[in-house]
Amino acid sequence: MEQLNAWFTELLADNAIFTANTLGYYLDGLGNTVRLVFLSLVIGLLLAVPLAIARGSRRKWIKWPVFFYTYVFRGTPLLIQLYMIYYGVVFIEGIQDTILWVVLKDAFFPALIAFTLNTAAYTTEIFHGAIKATSRGEIEAARAYGMSRGLMMRRIILPSAFRRALPAYGNEVIFMLHASAIASVVTIMDLTGAARFVYARFYAPFDAFLFVAAIYLCLTFAILYLFRYLEKKLLAHLKPING
Amino acid sequence: MIDLQGYGPRLLEGALVTVEVAVLSLLLALVLGLLTASAKLSRHRLLHRIATLYTTLIRGVPDLVLMLLLFFGGQMGVNAITDWLYYQFDVDIFININEFVAGVVTIGFIFGAYMGETFRGAFLAVDSGQLEAGRAYGMSSRLIFRRIQFPQMMRHALPGLGNNWMVLLKTTALVSVIGLSDMVRIAAEATKATHEPFLFMIPVAVIYLLIASVSEWGVARLQKRYNVGFGEADEWNN
Repeated sequence: MEQLNAWFTELLADNAIFTANTLGYYLDGLGNTVRLVFLSLVIGLLLAVPLAIARGSRRKWIKWPVFFYTYVFRGTPLLIQLYMIYYGVVFIEGIQDTILWVVLKDAFFPALIAFTLNTAAYTTEIFHGAIKATSRGEIEAARAYGMSRGLMMRRIILPSAFRRALPAYGNEVIFMLHASAIASVVTIMDLTGAARFVYARFYAPFDAFLFVAAIYLCLTFAILYLFRYLEKKLLAHLKPING
Repeated sequence: MIDLQGYGPRLLEGALVTVEVAVLSLLLALVLGLLTASAKLSRHRLLHRIATLYTTLIRGVPDLVLMLLLFFGGQMGVNAITDWLYYQFDVDIFININEFVAGVVTIGFIFGAYMGETFRGAFLAVDSGQLEAGRAYGMSSRLIFRRIQFPQMMRHALPGLGNNWMVLLKTTALVSVIGLSDMVRIAAEATKATHEPFLFMIPVAVIYLLIASVSEWGVARLQKRYNVGFGEADEWNN
């Protein structure tokens, strides 16, 4: 460990900007970005499944509110949604005196809410499309077996819809990673926030932002390969036999 | 009516800035997209590599990071080049990278990569028999491009272009971060001054939805025009 440390210090010795200290900022930023993106994706996914089913409902009073929600959240910039939730919470009368303020004064939670609602809207539409694309034969077969609607949803429609949604969902995950960069606008020290800090401190835009761009690029490729692997595993039955 | 506390006219000015940024970067993106698609389809290996590198890099890095890089680093880079020109060739030019230029160039560059993919797919979708027929008629390659390839390519490209435009429109909100007074920035300033976030953010959101609805209508009309002879466009409208 000590050897590693010494090697590291030597490596950074004639570098004014990327000292162990600044790299620490980037590391913290990486942690915040990953936490923010991961949590919002997981919660958004959990919200999106029932919403996607509701979106395809035949009852208008169930279908239309969900449609309205996805329309608004997909039609407006995430930045606006973030501002609305961030300032909406901060400027509520008297909230700064309540116990909730301990949690809410950190911009992390408003950002998490905004990102979650945003990704849930996109994911709902992705799943809705995938559910709609279920082939009639599968549904007819399930009905012929006497399955109830719930059972059919659980055993037949959702599993095949998830698989079909996988490529589009992979894009959504990458989109979310990139969109999370705007968290830095509301004072969160994510990766981009760290880059902005380093830029401001050393006035070195190329070093600060190119370095963070490289990190994002690596993360993007990691997600890309993860989804490619998942697709290969889960969509193997759709491949042509001699492919 | 809603009382916008005197910020109404400024919000409208901001909306104009948003539209300006969006339209200008769309034009840049279309040009870059066509160039990228041609480079990717050309047999020239180097051009192909450069285009692939461009689309991969752009699509792997967040828009905001690219914008900050160009805004903060762009002036330094441009100054270095103009200084060099001055010392080497005694050419004295000054190029100012303000937030408007940085915003338009970044968004144009980002969406040029996406447009390139759309155009590439659309060019490949044009039946090669059509081009052969054009050649058989003795048309020059430019005439073939203008009369046969481009109109038929647009039919396939329009749905993708429409989607890209919608995403581009929302991306313009980022220019508020580098200090351009688009409607998002003005709404944010008004919010900070009056502590009324919803009063200003909701109208801005509504304007975005309005622009999106109008462009959806426009894309549908264009779609109809480019689909002449192919029946109804219902396969794209789902």
